[in-house]
Amino acid sequence: MLQRAEILGVRDFYRDYFAVAVLIGAALLMVGAMLGAGRLIRPVRPQAEKYVTYEAGSDPVAGWGQSNARYYIYALLFLIFDVEAVFIFPWAVGLEGLGTFGVVEMTVFIVLLALGLVYAWRKGVLRWA
Amino acid sequence: MTTVLFFVFAAAALGGALGVVLSRNPVHSALWLVQTLLSVAVFFLLQDAELVAAVQVIVYAGAIVVLFIFVIMLLGVDRHESLEDPVKVQRPAAIALGALVLAEIVFLAGHEWATGARTARGAPIEGGTGAFADYNNIERVAHVMFIDYMWAFQITAGLLVVAVVGAIVLARRSGERPEGQEPGTPAPERAGPESGSGQRPDDAAVEEPVGEGAT
Amino acid sequence: MIGGGIDTGTRIVGPDVDFLAIGPVLALAVAALVVILVRAILRKRGPVNQISLGVGLAGVAAAGVLLGIQWNEVRDDGTITTIAGAVRLDTFGVFLGVVVLAATAMSLFLAASYLEREELEAPEYYALMLLSAAGMLTMTTANDLIVVFVALELLSIPLYVLAAFDRRRLSSQESGIKYFVLGAFSSAVFLYGIALTYGATGTTSLTGIADFLSANTLFEQGTLLAGLALLLVGLGFKVAAVPFHMWTPDVYQGAPTPVTAFMSSATKAAGFAALLRLLGVAFPLYRTDWRPAILGLAVLSLAVGSIAAVIQTDVKRILAYSSIAHAGYILIGLQVDTARGRQASLFYLLVYAFMTVGAFAVITVATRKGDDKHSLDDYRGLALRRPVVGGLLGFFVLAQAGVPLTGGFVVKLEIFSSAVDAGEYGLAIVGVLAAVVAAFIYLRIAVALFTSPGGEAADASEDRPVDRWTAAVLAVTTAAVLFAGILPGAWLTFAKDATFL
Repeated sequence: MLQRAEILGVRDFYRDYFAVAVLIGAALLMVGAMLGAGRLIRPVRPQAEKYVTYEAGSDPVAGWGQSNARYYIYALLFLIFDVEAVFIFPWAVGLEGLGTFGVVEMTVFIVLLALGLVYAWRKGVLRWA
Repeated sequence: MTTVLFFVFAAAALGGALGVVLSRNPVHSALWLVQTLLSVAVFFLLQDAELVAAVQVIVYAGAIVVLFIFVIMLLGVDRHESLEDPVKVQRPAAIALGALVLAEIVFLAGHEWATGARTARGAPIEGGTGAFADYNNIERVAHVMFIDYMWAFQITAGLLVVAVVGAIVLARRSGERPEGQEPGTPAPERAGPESGSGQRPDDAAVEEPVGEGAT
Repeated sequence: MIGGGIDTGTRIVGPDVDFLAIGPVLALAVAALVVILVRAILRKRGPVNQISLGVGLAGVAAAGVLLGIQWNEVRDDGTITTIAGAVRLDTFGVFLGVVVLAATAMSLFLAASYLEREELEAPEYYALMLLSAAGMLTMTTANDLIVVFVALELLSIPLYVLAAFDRRRLSSQESGIKYFVLGAFSSAVFLYGIALTYGATGTTSLTGIADFLSANTLFEQGTLLAGLALLLVGLGFKVAAVPFHMWTPDVYQGAPTPVTAFMSSATKAAGFAALLRLLGVAFPLYRTDWRPAILGLAVLSLAVGSIAAVIQTDVKRILAYSSIAHAGYILIGLQVDTARGRQASLFYLLVYAFMTVGAFAVITVATRKGDDKHSLDDYRGLALRRPVVGGLLGFFVLAQAGVPLTGGFVVKLEIFSSAVDAGEYGLAIVGVLAAVVAAFIYLRIAVALFTSPGGEAADASEDRPVDRWTAAVLAVTTAAVLFAGILPGAWLTFAKDATFL
């Protein structure tokens, strides 16, 4: 591994991330181009209504309203499956070296979490009532 | 160039941190926090720690900030909290603690670790014999996590199940939907405490508990 | 890095997994998952509760059988290390596993009638309790700091939920939140301790740390000692040792009583399992550094636990403080750091589990509606009105006080004689003094039970009948505490066999 650092050195760091930089640049360019084109083509007729924040059809009352505690459970579920994703990420990268054992291991892990999801679903948590 | 990157993102991280503390609107604070966390992710990349950078983005900039926003929205941002500390010692105590942590980091940064890892960039992680000498950082982490720490990893699965069940038990609106109720039809609203003489005690009246953070 | 099985070729295979070693954990975890699944699929209320309880008890029974097999296997053939060194099965682990499992079984029994009575969601309760117990069993055999940490979380997080389980009672919610916030904080401290220890030794394996420290002399001790101190703080919180005890009275008081019984018996055993392993396996070479710290914890726990109990008027709070004091006695056994001391600590944990579960079992049936009237006044005259229930509570508090012929006396005697053996006379004297002070409060409960309440006559029709489940627990705990007090020989041999680490 020592060799890797010597061989790669600082310059390769940029080669590694050059693609990332290119992608970011492309993304910025694309968004800019689309918005810019829209701005050039569209007619401009300002009306006060158009500048009101869209909030699911209801009047956005001054400032921010207090949200329902029921949303919280979604945040928690999201968090849990987010953490699951964090585990799957290195597993997917290193799967080659983990072999069958790794596949079995991750299957058990995902099945366990799926069980939690089944529980949530059957308890009616995922349904908006 | 690395140095330039470092300074750019160091400034961004610091600016974000200041923004967190100085913003009047808590939602803005949370957004500033995203800036800081993303900048820190870049630092991890500069240190060749790709996985930690990814985790930083996925967990911190993603999940944790989402959780913050949810809590802020739950409490309502309208109420203008007075910036007067109810506990006077809080601010000096926080400054003192911050100074302590800074000193600690500076001290630990100059420390030799038995793990062979040094904090400066360019010092590779030791080890990597035989089969996975040419494995990259993430593959090694995968190996350590899924082979050496396989038991701890599997227990984590149980932990996440506990988190799901616990969160649902605590955060559900009214304990239990009446059983046998068709899923489609809404639960009958409980009429109030006076109707509950023969039924199970009404828990709809109980304030929503904040629930269970699961990190 | 722990030696994962790395083949000569590029193919990397997984570590060896000895399913016997993790069998009890798996039994409990599978039972819990089945309960969750049953709950998710059936949803109907009636049979689900019974099925859940049945599955839970089956899981506990299976785990018990496996522990029995483990005991014979390990005692005859020696320690088993498996899963890349993360699990270390020895008699010590099996012994505390038995303590945890006994406490779990009794707590499930207590919960069976309690949940029905308080109209709480039984399947979730059983599932969480089983998962928490699985975490405790993981803890008793953990040979790696990361595993200890994950086990600590697996045992704690269900407990946070269970403490807040009765959401209609504000005190239950409060206890859950309080336990959660302080518990999360202590976990963070523990994690930081792991990080520093890892930094100083380059391994998270307990045996690995010991090997490293015996092979190398550290040039700088600071990081390692700081790490060790933080680890002690994290575990001190779990076993409710002063000064990390602040949560104990509120949480014990507010949590549903069967949960309190579970926390005071099983959690304590699991916490001490990790503490004993950490100090005995990983840091035996640093005994001159950690012994004073344990001494401080023991003396403070004894003093605060005994003295603060005296000014309490709530029975559950009194028992909470007494559980702090009991942690102090057990710490004495750790502090003397001899085989006899460890034996005394293990023996204490075993008997204490029965004493405390017994006391809380009486409390679940002693008071009237709800689970929030536990002041001494509510218990006044209980033994006159209901001789058996009141008498048993009196028996258990006197056992905790250490009255002769009960297990409480023998375990205290063992602790004190181990301290005297090791020449720790001061510690033994502090322990005896604490026992004298604490006896005062136990006597106060006992006296209250036997004095007439005065004022309006209590309406006996409101009294809760003792159901079968609770009666079974009371029978078992009473028998165990008496048996340990009169014929401690067999128990002591059991603890002795479990002592070498």
